[in-house]
Amino acid sequence: MSINRRVFLGTTGALVGSLAAPMIVRAQSAPRVVVVGGGSGGATAARYIARDGAGAVDVTLIEPQRIYQTCYFGNLYIGGFYDYDDLGHGYGTLASSYGINVVHDWAVGVDRDAKTVSLASGATVPYDHLVLSPGIDFVEDSVPGWSVSAQGRMPHAYKGGTQVQLLREQIAAMPEGGTFAMVAPPNPYRCPPGPYERVSMVAHYLRENNPTAKILIVDPKESFSKQGLFEDGWNRHYSGMITRIGPDMGGSTYEVDPAAMTVTIDGVVENVDVCNVIPGQRAGQIAFAAGITDGNWAPVSAYDMTSRIDPSITVLGDAAAQGAMPKSGFSANSQAKVAANAILAALTGSRAFPARYSNTCWSLLDTDDGVKVGATYEASDEGIVSVDSFVSQVDETAEVRAATYRESLDWYGAITTDMFS
Amino acid sequence: MTPARAGLAAFAFATLAASAVPALGQGDPARGEPLYRPCQACHMIGEGAVHRVGPHLNGLVGRSIGAVPGYEFSEDLAAAGAEGAIWDEDTLDRFLEGPRAYFPGTRMVFRGIRSEEDRADLIAYLLDEGGAAEEGDTQGTEVALDPEIAAIVAIAGDVPYGEYLSSECTACHQPSGGGDIPSIRGLAPSAFIAGMVAYRNGTREHQVMNMVSRRLGDEEIAALAAYFATTE
Repeated sequence: MSINRRVFLGTTGALVGSLAAPMIVRAQSAPRVVVVGGGSGGATAARYIARDGAGAVDVTLIEPQRIYQTCYFGNLYIGGFYDYDDLGHGYGTLASSYGINVVHDWAVGVDRDAKTVSLASGATVPYDHLVLSPGIDFVEDSVPGWSVSAQGRMPHAYKGGTQVQLLREQIAAMPEGGTFAMVAPPNPYRCPPGPYERVSMVAHYLRENNPTAKILIVDPKESFSKQGLFEDGWNRHYSGMITRIGPDMGGSTYEVDPAAMTVTIDGVVENVDVCNVIPGQRAGQIAFAAGITDGNWAPVSAYDMTSRIDPSITVLGDAAAQGAMPKSGFSANSQAKVAANAILAALTGSRAFPARYSNTCWSLLDTDDGVKVGATYEASDEGIVSVDSFVSQVDETAEVRAATYRESLDWYGAITTDMFS
Repeated sequence: MTPARAGLAAFAFATLAASAVPALGQGDPARGEPLYRPCQACHMIGEGAVHRVGPHLNGLVGRSIGAVPGYEFSEDLAAAGAEGAIWDEDTLDRFLEGPRAYFPGTRMVFRGIRSEEDRADLIAYLLDEGGAAEEGDTQGTEVALDPEIAAIVAIAGDVPYGEYLSSECTACHQPSGGGDIPSIRGLAPSAFIAGMVAYRNGTREHQVMNMVSRRLGDEEIAALAAYFATTE
């Protein structure tokens, strides 16, 4: 290429200014990375690729929402510990400081042969490397009686944004002594402690505002993340308020009726005032449209998060089947940094470093009572595997729990800075 | 620290020195001993004390702020010392009440002690255990680095590798620092290395940091230290 250009310049003499020529070459050859989804995986990947690529790579970020509402900390908003507005983050800095082409549109299709992404508006965006970080969608008919059209009466509140506001309003409007029900999701799902932190935050709100109200959890799982810590916290803070019906008590045989506001568990009909249905989950729709899924998720290499079906596509976060990491914003952010390094190395020849991942999930049980679980991970041929881990202990002092909560506030500031600033 | 802020800090010392402060020796060193335990994560005091994450505390009372040889202090503390500020019972009392309120640029990760009595007891312990600075010696005595830390300090860190590794840190450590999770940008390499070694060998306890540091080899700690020293 460079020889051809020199020959071309030679034959045309001084026609083209010598400063202009390299610009033309670069504009034509700068590899194009398209990122679909501007959450913890996608925003982080776009930012790191654009920042570390320093102009050598063109980055386009496709995200329908102009303001990203984090799903994490949505529970703290429900509990009254965090302002809704503080959960929102804009893409302005990614565009202005990093030169990322931010396109607010829905990606609806991927042509893997032509290497293009089609948008709902009808436009087509070409890529040399594609990053899909679409988060979750729901498995149809996962909860009998529930569908997306019922989410106004029985919100999932599991993708952030207006659904979380709706759920909080419904809880605030509960009659005195009413019942809040949650249909918890089957594994695997986004944010393993999330439903149980939500129960803690709903219980906190009700204890302060509606102390005779009850909470009913219908759960198809035998056990759940940080179970001992949650149950200890519920006993200490919300004694008698929370009942969980696991599969041994019929918790795996249920249906809901959004019109009648009932939950039927193993044939027994319960009238409820609020019903938070968190359905079974699968990769975001675009992963299916791209044809890179196997079952509900998109399998990836643990070494660089590239699709096992198409190495020109990287899948990050909740949508990926990667091995041992939980589906969390922290995980997606961690995976995005490994992927950004690998993508830049492949496209520009920059140094590639070995994959290393980490995750920590904080949960708030009640005021100044925070707990956490975390692990470090590395790549193997079979998938991402855990290297080391920790979890909060039941007998920790109040000061340790308060410090854990304060750290979670710092983490929220840090990860959103790492994505958007 | 800007010259104006350094000047104001020196002014604060001068006015404080003139106001009523607790008399020397009011604290109870025996009560101060348990209060010192959290400090041990970063500081050493008494015979054989060397710099760790924080400087050694022998001869602390009476020595210049931010000036003991062999330790790289934050700009704020070094500037105060250059203005002539001394660690005495009064300045220590104010610092221990709220380190970052007193010196916004300090790298000491400690929320402070609310009780005035507890602070007096802790200062009494520091004086009892570490002695006062010798007459006319406001700079303190130079001491050698801990050998494990010195070995990593001697490694020439791979800055690009350190930058890649640092992306694990930035998930929790904001550039500006948080209320509890501090900024680690611009840290002196020896302070960064001392901190990571203390987490790795467990002398400093924190579940996340102990886990994160356990998988870092000496080369990786040196790379991270070299990278963070290049950041502001």
